Amino acid sequence: MFSLQGITNGIQNFLKANFGATGVLIIESVIVMMLAITLFATLGLVLVWMERKVAAQMQIRSGPNRVGPMGIFQTSADTLKLILKEGLTPDGADKFLFNLAPFVVMIVAMLLLAPIAFAKGFQVWDINIGVLYVSAVSSLSVIGILMAGLASNNKYSLLGAMRSGAQIVSYELSAGLSILAIVVLTGSLQIGDIINAQQNGWWLFKGHIPVIIAFIIFMIAATAETNRAPFDMAEAESELTAGFHTEYSGMKFALFFLAEYINIFIVCAIGATLFLGGWMPFHIGNWQGFNHIMDFIPSSVWFFAKTFLLIFLIMWFRWTFPRLRVDQLLNLEWKYLLPISLFNLLLVTVIAILGWHF
Amino acid sequence: MGPFSLIVLTIAAIVFSAGGILAGRLFNKGSNNSQKGQAYECGIPTQTSPWHQFNVGYYLFALLFLIFDVELIFMYPWAVVVKKIGITALFEILVFVFILFMGFLYAHKKGALKWM
Repeated sequence: MFSLQGITNGIQNFLKANFGATGVLIIESVIVMMLAITLFATLGLVLVWMERKVAAQMQIRSGPNRVGPMGIFQTSADTLKLILKEGLTPDGADKFLFNLAPFVVMIVAMLLLAPIAFAKGFQVWDINIGVLYVSAVSSLSVIGILMAGLASNNKYSLLGAMRSGAQIVSYELSAGLSILAIVVLTGSLQIGDIINAQQNGWWLFKGHIPVIIAFIIFMIAATAETNRAPFDMAEAESELTAGFHTEYSGMKFALFFLAEYINIFIVCAIGATLFLGGWMPFHIGNWQGFNHIMDFIPSSVWFFAKTFLLIFLIMWFRWTFPRLRVDQLLNLEWKYLLPISLFNLLLVTVIAILGWHF
Repeated sequence: MGPFSLIVLTIAAIVFSAGGILAGRLFNKGSNNSQKGQAYECGIPTQTSPWHQFNVGYYLFALLFLIFDVELIFMYPWAVVVKKIGITALFEILVFVFILFMGFLYAHKKGALKWM
């Protein structure tokens, strides 16, 4: 059976047979580094293209269609253009913070890759506090955004950064509470354990209505945390030009843009892992034949299919809902989502203790 | 790979970003121009300092977040063991959430959740 686990194990055995402990570590680090960078580049190219195509289809036009088949190389052409552009630093900007901000945002996005299980046995590090790690590290990205906004010496940047900070920080609460629902059901913070607990069915189906509510709240919070429409107050282009990255140009702007899309991917990957079973195939109770056919689809395909389904959902939101005002946005979180998710967590606890989930 | 992987990923991010920015530097040298350094303000010349006062509401929400986020951290260890402890854990978290909710209602009553 084709699986990535075999390949990774093969590589590790080969290295262990031929090199010492330090050699293995160095070669593995280089491999992980190359894979992570390749993943970043490919994801950036694919997601930007997908966003433009989805937007086009929603508005009944064809979108990018000149560079390559179906415009698939459009993003590569755009990247090439951005490399050729000059990276400006405005007068009066805090040069150190201004240049540091894109690095912070990228490092946070890269660190979040560590606990994600891309396929069976294909995970950088299965941290035993995986879920806590994800929520801790993902909140660091707000530092990069505030840094960019404060350092650029621009009114739009400052306002955008402030809005973004308030928004990310607020929606983190309900995202954390909806993640806790799954932790209560599984009894473990480790991503590997959470996936294994969904062997006979995904939590979305096993956990009755409370888990579905948690999933909906998670998706809303994920949309807000990645600064996506309808929660894109931080870079509302009709009033703030581009929000916190107004003054950035050239490759520094490209890094912010890339980090934004990578964050969407990571948030959706976490959602798919917690609620939709990660790389677990779709199984129905006692249908042996059906389950057997589903097992034949490689686990990485399952993972990416689920993740891209959620990404499509977030892109769909963008072209469906109008943008919220900043007070409406904070009202929604503090007056509705936070009490609902607190109450919902108690419901999930009752279900978990009484063993009412399947 | 263990904890070492975090260092590896950080290095990968720095290599990726620095590589991109250096590639950009390589292809163009840029020219100096007094207009170029000005802060962007939709075409009109920059007026007044960008370091404006901003709404105090952001500060209030940051404070509120701090309180609730610390509470949330306390709930993580509880969530891991709740299935083992059973019904006792449920009552304990009920008391916890009740106190938390009272604080939330207090903030609401004081008007901290209202955007000015």
